[in-house]
Amino acid sequence: MVGGAVNHSTGLDAHLVVSRGEAFTLDVSLSIPAGHTVALLGPNGAGKSTVVAAIAGLLPLDEGCITLDGRTLDDPAGDVLVPAEDRSIGVVFQDYVLFPQMTVVENVEFGLRSRRVPRRSAHEQAMRWLDRIGLGDLADRRPNDLSGGQAQRIAVARALITEPDLLLLDEPLAALDATTRVDLRRTLADHLDQFAGPRMVITHDPTEAFLLADEIHVIEDGVITQVGTPDDIRLRPRTPYIADLAGSNLVLGTASAGIVTTDTQHLHIADTHISGPVLAAIHPRAIIIDRHQPDGSPRNTWEATVTRIEHYGDRVRLQTGDPLPLTAEITPDALSDLQIVEGSVVWISIKATEISVEKD
Amino acid sequence: MTKRATSWDRRKRRPPVVLVILAVLGLSVFVIPLLGLLARTPWSDLPTLLTSDVVLDALRVSVVASLGATAISAILGIPLAWVLARVEFPGRAIVRGLVVLPLVLPPVVGGAALLFALGRRGLIGEPLNEMTGLVLPFSMWGVIIAATFVAMPFLVITVEGGLRNLDPRYEGAAATLGAGRWTVLWRVTLPMIGSSLAAGLALTWARALGEFGATITFAGNLQGRTQSLPLAVYVAMESDRGAAVALSLIMVVISLTVLIVLRHRWWGAL
Repeated sequence: MVGGAVNHSTGLDAHLVVSRGEAFTLDVSLSIPAGHTVALLGPNGAGKSTVVAAIAGLLPLDEGCITLDGRTLDDPAGDVLVPAEDRSIGVVFQDYVLFPQMTVVENVEFGLRSRRVPRRSAHEQAMRWLDRIGLGDLADRRPNDLSGGQAQRIAVARALITEPDLLLLDEPLAALDATTRVDLRRTLADHLDQFAGPRMVITHDPTEAFLLADEIHVIEDGVITQVGTPDDIRLRPRTPYIADLAGSNLVLGTASAGIVTTDTQHLHIADTHISGPVLAAIHPRAIIIDRHQPDGSPRNTWEATVTRIEHYGDRVRLQTGDPLPLTAEITPDALSDLQIVEGSVVWISIKATEISVEKD
Repeated sequence: MTKRATSWDRRKRRPPVVLVILAVLGLSVFVIPLLGLLARTPWSDLPTLLTSDVVLDALRVSVVASLGATAISAILGIPLAWVLARVEFPGRAIVRGLVVLPLVLPPVVGGAALLFALGRRGLIGEPLNEMTGLVLPFSMWGVIIAATFVAMPFLVITVEGGLRNLDPRYEGAAATLGAGRWTVLWRVTLPMIGSSLAAGLALTWARALGEFGATITFAGNLQGRTQSLPLAVYVAMESDRGAAVALSLIMVVISLTVLIVLRHRWWGAL
């Protein structure tokens, strides 16, 4: 892509090469059309924040090129480097980085004031934004007095008020507790939908990536190891890391009195109080595979056909078919002991306590 | 009947006795001289002494020189601290050493060095005098320059420390919101290091107010022109003990007042 023609008239095209000493080199190519959300999913230390800094203009590239809507922002070979303040990229930083010495409304109007919008007009626009997200009465508070959820929504408002050409969200939900996270994930999804330009969410949480993104780029040790739709990544993980982290089974259903009902199956769960639409997560290692009907405590058992077998070093992943397609993980020894091949019929059992459920 | 333990007894263990004795001795190092000063104060003559020409002249010189030195330190010292904290250049460690040198250098040596550099026959003083007719030593400017020389390091190292402790992501966030470098400096960086800045200014001003050695060497001891409060105390100790005590009391009161007014910012940053 270096020096090549830019095909997208709108959207982000980036080839990012940044070296940090000898030990670590980031080398990542990304392309996000307008109106699409890409999640960059990876473990801590994989280089996710370096990607944010490079695109936002806080860290110059060593090699590569960044183009946004046809405009070159960074190109070491062509000696182009547009500073952060001239890039028009909205960033929601990890931990939000609200200015502690300013009030909430001063934080939100900061971007407008920096662009020489008159004080009155900037203030009115900021107040309108705060009212729209239902936080108008917090306008005169300091960021330190806010809850994590409030701070996150204000950080989003601060980034969006300048109408940027690209929206970057760095771990937007990581600082929140579990209940707030579910609520705010939905609010965030709405914000992303309403934003017309390319959007990018940086996260280490596969659930977040699956629910927010149209396309997921998995990053490990500074390079992209897999690109695909959330279903691609979940069903056909290509590295042990992805298999481990992103390979969880996610099932949408409706909960009531300790049972989650999907289109085709009932799942017993431990939580008897949760009700309504839910997202149930089952780790592949929590699924027990047998050739015969098991007896004992597992509440969920059914028969299914093995549709696919994939080997990952010392582990094997099985895809099972109807009534509820799942991914299970067993050892190669277990596979040969049970004499399972593609097409084998097996018994699946899952303990109710191994299914984690959260409201969708 | 058993004695009921108070909450103090139960929650806190008694601190070691040796430690307490040493701590009290340590405190007495500061308190006993003050008591000596108060014991020798001629309270009835104080109004006359405090309004004498010597005292008022010295007070004026000290106030003007210490505030002038603090202002110059702020204007030059904050950029210097910023460069030291944010710009990587070869020899940065040496520059930082030069900046703190006046902290360990005897002030008399500083005054002599200033004289060799800025005196009428000095390295820069001579051409300066020929071109503009300006004579720095033995003038109010001399007092201010001497005080700046000894006091500015306090501002530079305190502000540099504040800048280094500031999470760079705040400035980064401001930049992504469209703020140019000056806007970032004025609206984000300086407000966020406010307590370091206040502590640095207070330390600088206090050091400038107490400056003696460099001043007397470089600016002399001319009443009404370059004789600051410390110089006046020194002279009065030889001739008029009462005046010396009165001058000393003024300095104690000024210093205490500033400490009390700035105490929140002060302790917050150090």
